[in-house]
Amino acid sequence: MRRFDAKKFILLLTLLWPTFAHAILTIEITRGVDVGTPIAIVPFGWEGPVQLPQNISDVIEADLARSGRFAVLPRRDFVSLPHEDKDVVFKDWRILKAEALVIGSVRQVAPGKYQVQFRLYDVFKGSQITGFRYTIGSEMLRSVAHQISDIIYEKITGEPGAFNTRIAYVTKEEPPGVKPIYKLQVADSDGVNPQTVVRSPEPLLSPAWSPEGNRLAYVSFEDKRSKIYIQNLIDGRRDLVAEYTGINGAPAWSPDGGSLAMALSRDGNAEIYTMHLGSRSLRRMTYDQAIDTEPAWSPDGRDIVFTSDRAGTPQIYRMSASGGPAERLTFDGDYNARAAYAADGKSISLVSRNQGGFRIAVLRLDNRTMQVLTETVLDESPSFAPNGRMIIYATEVRGRGVLASVSADGRVRQLFKLEEGDVREPAWSPYNRELQYKE
Amino acid sequence: MKNRKHLVASLLVAFILAGCAGDKAVKPAAGDKDAVPTQTTPAGGEFGPSGAALSDREKQKRADLLSQRRVHFAFDSSAIDTEGRAIVEAHAAHLVANPQLRLTLEGNCDERGTREYNLALGERRAQAVERLMKVLGVAGNRIKTVSYGEEKPLCQEHNESCWRQNRRAEIAY
Repeated sequence: MRRFDAKKFILLLTLLWPTFAHAILTIEITRGVDVGTPIAIVPFGWEGPVQLPQNISDVIEADLARSGRFAVLPRRDFVSLPHEDKDVVFKDWRILKAEALVIGSVRQVAPGKYQVQFRLYDVFKGSQITGFRYTIGSEMLRSVAHQISDIIYEKITGEPGAFNTRIAYVTKEEPPGVKPIYKLQVADSDGVNPQTVVRSPEPLLSPAWSPEGNRLAYVSFEDKRSKIYIQNLIDGRRDLVAEYTGINGAPAWSPDGGSLAMALSRDGNAEIYTMHLGSRSLRRMTYDQAIDTEPAWSPDGRDIVFTSDRAGTPQIYRMSASGGPAERLTFDGDYNARAAYAADGKSISLVSRNQGGFRIAVLRLDNRTMQVLTETVLDESPSFAPNGRMIIYATEVRGRGVLASVSADGRVRQLFKLEEGDVREPAWSPYNRELQYKE
Repeated sequence: MKNRKHLVASLLVAFILAGCAGDKAVKPAAGDKDAVPTQTTPAGGEFGPSGAALSDREKQKRADLLSQRRVHFAFDSSAIDTEGRAIVEAHAAHLVANPQLRLTLEGNCDERGTREYNLALGERRAQAVERLMKVLGVAGNRIKTVSYGEEKPLCQEHNESCWRQNRRAEIAY
């Protein structure tokens, strides 16, 4: 297996966007596929009086390199730099052994308004695979770059991309002699544009995206005990939804966005409840002396999986979202917890204790086979990308909390690090449907 | 903090009433509001439920146990072992003798496993101590429980000795 040289691929995003130097996540590829598709991305043409606020071709190049599925060819080898269809000479790209070619241009059409167009070619066939044009404001330039990456990724690999998405995560900064600061943040899938949603001197955990991607449910200890809040990311408005006696934890959205499943111990010990958000009415789902927590709704809304130690050790169970008995899904090992569904509903990611370590695994629901994807020992909080191809999770490297992602087949790995402090509790957003501006 | 003052005050009263300062007795500094009984301070008096006179050695043992505020647990367990039981018994006896005291039991876990499961496990640890205290005669309305899961570790290293310190229920007056 060809291993990527991690150092070569460190994307020092901090250098590119120094405004966010303190909070930004840097990403490195720790493992790629055996052979990525060789792709040439020509710097996009731009004829404007000043530099563009975002360099679109750089963003695309970084996205594709980071995916581990492409070998991005170095620009210094290019013999021509076409921006228009008529200027493409396929022979120039066959010499470089490029299989795919991306060209494009940006034009200012009004103050603060840009037209971005791009074309993707099959170099061997000598034909265009696809092409799009977008008219957008400057604030959408990065988003469009990620959308273009998604299109290229899908056309070449046959799988949908998930670059135009966001991740939520919790950071903990603990400067010496000062009380720790916890922040719930949201950033683009490449770690850029981090925004702080909440900051608190007390722990924050379990962020969960609403299905529309405009709200986050999370657990905050700001009142010295766990309570569940929902925060609107557009207007910042915040609702306290659960402050019952005992623990209030593990919020999970129903696929229709109308209910929240959660773990409450108001009746004595941790049980699964669902709350209808409109009426705030609660329904108790489990009745068991054991710990029942970490609910997750299936994408079709029919089932709820959760963690329970009713058989002596934590294991994953599944029950109907309309109530009833629960069926045990995991039998391998003495610790399986925090299940999350893939978007197609066919598998779940989970934390599994394996050879003494806590690792990320995927359980196929059809034949119940479990594949362990990681080799580190303190892995937790797995969350699928909306394309179901990558899982982001929290782990520890040299004593520090970092995020990592792994492809669902275990072949591609990335590491997301903060310059200082710990980062944990990642949650990958759903697709952002509002940001589709294709023409 | 107020409750802690109560504890110190009641210990002092018990100490004075006992009127039998051993030759090694160290008098807690007056006005030291944060003073808690330590192993070098045999401040324990006759607060046993029976009220019977205790030998010096037993008093010392009581004081030692009362100075301990942490009950430790095995991984993924909320079972209280012999050592932990002795600590809980000492505090329960103290609470029975001092009906004005209230306490909070804080459940905690080590970093391994998932945060939400640990939140529930921390609660179960606090509840295990609560249950034992109730059996030993402490009224339930004097006890509050809270779980911090794995969010408030005492020790930050990633090894068993650290993990053991972090798997605990804290008895806070």
